[in-house]
Amino acid sequence: MIEFVLNGETVRTDDAPDTPLLWVVRDTFKLMGSKFGCGAGLCGACTMHIDGEAARTCVMPVSAVAGKAIRTIEGLGTPDDLHPLQAAWVEYNVPQCGYCQSGQIMSAAALLARNADPSEADVESAMAGNICRCGCYPRIKKAILSTAASSLAYNAATGNGEVTA
Amino acid sequence: MKAINLSRRQFLKNSGIVGGGLVIGFSLTGCSSSQLPINTIEGGYVPNAFLQITSTNDIHFYCPRDEMGQGVMTGLSTLIGEELGVNPSEFILEFAGVHSDYNNPGMGVQATGGSNAMNAHYTQLRQVGADLRQLLLNAAVKDLGISSETMTTNESHIIVEGEKHPFSRFIATAATLSLPADTQLKSPADFKYIGKDAIRVDGLAKATGTAEYGIDADFPGMHYAVVKRSPVAGAKLRRVDKTAANQMPGVTDIIEISSGVAIVAQKYWQARQAADAISPEWETVPLAAFDTARIKSDYSSALASEDGLSAQEEGDFAGAINAAAETLESEFWAPFLAHAPLEPMNAVLKIENGEADLWSGTQGPAGAQGLVARFSGIETENIRVHSSYLGGGFGRRGTLTHIIEVTEIAVATNKPIKLTWTREDDIRHGFYRPASLMKIKAGLDESGNITAWQANRAGGNITPETLKNMLPALLPGIGDGPLDFLTDLAADVFTGVIPDPSSIEGLAEDYDLPNREVNHFTVEHGLPLTFWRSVGHSQNAFAKESMMDELAEKAGIDPVAFRLQNTRNNPRLHNVIRVAGERMKAMKPAQGRHLGFAAHGSFGTDVAEIAEISVENGRIKVHKVTCVVDCGIAVTPDVVRAQMEGSVLFGLTAALYGKLDIENGEIVQSNFNDYPILRMNETPVIDVVIIESGDNPTGVGEPGVPPIAPAVASAVYAATGNRLRHLPLRLS
Repeated sequence: MIEFVLNGETVRTDDAPDTPLLWVVRDTFKLMGSKFGCGAGLCGACTMHIDGEAARTCVMPVSAVAGKAIRTIEGLGTPDDLHPLQAAWVEYNVPQCGYCQSGQIMSAAALLARNADPSEADVESAMAGNICRCGCYPRIKKAILSTAASSLAYNAATGNGEVTA
Repeated sequence: MKAINLSRRQFLKNSGIVGGGLVIGFSLTGCSSSQLPINTIEGGYVPNAFLQITSTNDIHFYCPRDEMGQGVMTGLSTLIGEELGVNPSEFILEFAGVHSDYNNPGMGVQATGGSNAMNAHYTQLRQVGADLRQLLLNAAVKDLGISSETMTTNESHIIVEGEKHPFSRFIATAATLSLPADTQLKSPADFKYIGKDAIRVDGLAKATGTAEYGIDADFPGMHYAVVKRSPVAGAKLRRVDKTAANQMPGVTDIIEISSGVAIVAQKYWQARQAADAISPEWETVPLAAFDTARIKSDYSSALASEDGLSAQEEGDFAGAINAAAETLESEFWAPFLAHAPLEPMNAVLKIENGEADLWSGTQGPAGAQGLVARFSGIETENIRVHSSYLGGGFGRRGTLTHIIEVTEIAVATNKPIKLTWTREDDIRHGFYRPASLMKIKAGLDESGNITAWQANRAGGNITPETLKNMLPALLPGIGDGPLDFLTDLAADVFTGVIPDPSSIEGLAEDYDLPNREVNHFTVEHGLPLTFWRSVGHSQNAFAKESMMDELAEKAGIDPVAFRLQNTRNNPRLHNVIRVAGERMKAMKPAQGRHLGFAAHGSFGTDVAEIAEISVENGRIKVHKVTCVVDCGIAVTPDVVRAQMEGSVLFGLTAALYGKLDIENGEIVQSNFNDYPILRMNETPVIDVVIIESGDNPTGVGEPGVPPIAPAVASAVYAATGNRLRHLPLRLS
């Protein structure tokens, strides 16, 4: 039995200890927002937060997260209570097929949690592990920068909803 | 060259099998049940296949096309909402089930592709909206006892003298009246939603992880399957030792199916691990003798032969090339490519009491239904297809062998099955963009007019392969014998009678070419092929536009001016080139940066792209791309912009990195480590310019792809003096 915290709730699983966390979350706990893209930690579609850090869970055995706090896209925000990044994703029409976007948003949220005012280069570096096959990168970047502290402050001061970075 | 006769050309023109797709002008199904696959909500009114109005004034839109990221749900909601008087963002979106009313009006089958949705549905869905609006007004006249002149509609309400009545108030009466036809459509000047920027209707679901894809279907008792297939396409299983895998935890079944060996377990990871514990042996097929170099040299030999099939012949090429002031001949190569949509192929099938439920995101739900019928023996009317969002399509989800696999597994095991392909399955066991060798020979007069043009292409054909996949789906009741006959016949026809339009499209349509020939040389090695975003244009535009760059230089004319001079009879493309050319002239690239230009028409849309690049340590870096597009009226302009951005990046991945190598008939690449996809830090700034137009909308999903590779190649020439004629573009 492996125990960890999933979106604030303590959960237990008897899945084999080498089962990647992604499959435990999807197939055992039925949270389907995190996606399978490559199974090799190359595309980022499976990105979740483990104790606040973005991690590729398709290659992370569930045994490695015993006692840790896992957050998935479902724990970040909901359609009725959006995280600022999710609101920006909607506003900037970021998604196309949308399959990678949970992972993109989780990587971006981890970046903003440790650096509230990232530069463009910081964003590119933090997001380089997430593939978007549809090519939404220009909008992903714009959406992240629009929620950065300096943009939020600027927007609050001017009432300007446009991205300023 | 074999001469083409008129009747053959006529057949090509009339067959309805046009470039870019499975465009068959009549319904092959014809037998779909008349019962609409719609769950009527209590008190709900279903006036047609596309809409349901509930007693609480919720308006459900049953979207007839598949949403794979191209924004079709937003676009089609906008068309129907515009005339009905509903804000597109207020619709409750539903994935349509299988029914002939959902057929693609441009194809005659229920399929999504060929960038045709806005064009095909532009009149149809506005008419559906306008007729229903008129019916609701007629019902309101009856219920309220007033004249229709005093009424308007707005945001799902009928407004009478400032008072708002929800549509739902009138549905009971509407249901008793006959539906008007041919109601006058709005004048474009009155459009409230069409042509305006808006939020994507699927954006919220996709930003919150709540959008459902085929891979997310789940129910108690479901078992998980993975399939081991031959590393060489088409090879049958010789033998497999299941002993070790059978004893692994959770494994319930290991069975032989037509594509290989299926491993079924209680959990996905158990099935994956068991699959790693078996090593099937495979029969040998001819493809196993080939590698990339051999395939290329076979194409080269074909081009040198006299075995070409004439696809186009106008004027007198031979005479014109002899009389030309300057001549030029160049050869271009494009490799095999995988689509690599981020959601790997998958399907979930439950068979119970002679009925079936299928969950899978496809570009052809009717085809998926037909395949389940064919491989389970269940009648199509007892098979419900639950469509979902597609985690990328790009042409790949029109080929549905994974539906055959899941059906065979569910039937053999008598269990509900979720089949999931791995990324390695996707790259190594897929259906590919064909490789091509293209040779273009052209002549110029003293003024820089193209007087002679011969474009020859060697490679495999997509359409016979597609028919092989489509016919069993669309004709589930027909036996294997007649099907094999039909598919073999199609392959023979495209090899020896009529060139497959998908093989040669884009080689000679755009420019004024009075004396021209297009010839095709079919060479098949057995690698499975299918449509890949922009299809034949994806390689042919690279050859054609690179050649234009070379000819402009030969003529001593600026490449934009050269293109303008040679597109006088193609006013829309001419205008796109002009607008893009002006942008290019105004650009002041920094030291070390260089510009390249290309333009191409496909799927009814004309696009020009300017690439700004630098070369650092032999590596090409693309800094900025400007994209000018004329797609008729831009129904949802921000979706058009997004499609151009995405197409540029999809095309750049191919231009800079994309290739599959073949060794002993096997695909060498396997995952994103060796089949890289462009990442954010490699992404240029993209500036999209949409030409204002009142014409009916044309495609936007694909036409942004073809110009980017030749635009980058042109910029690389400007930077280095190297003409790169092979894809991907590499300087060393």
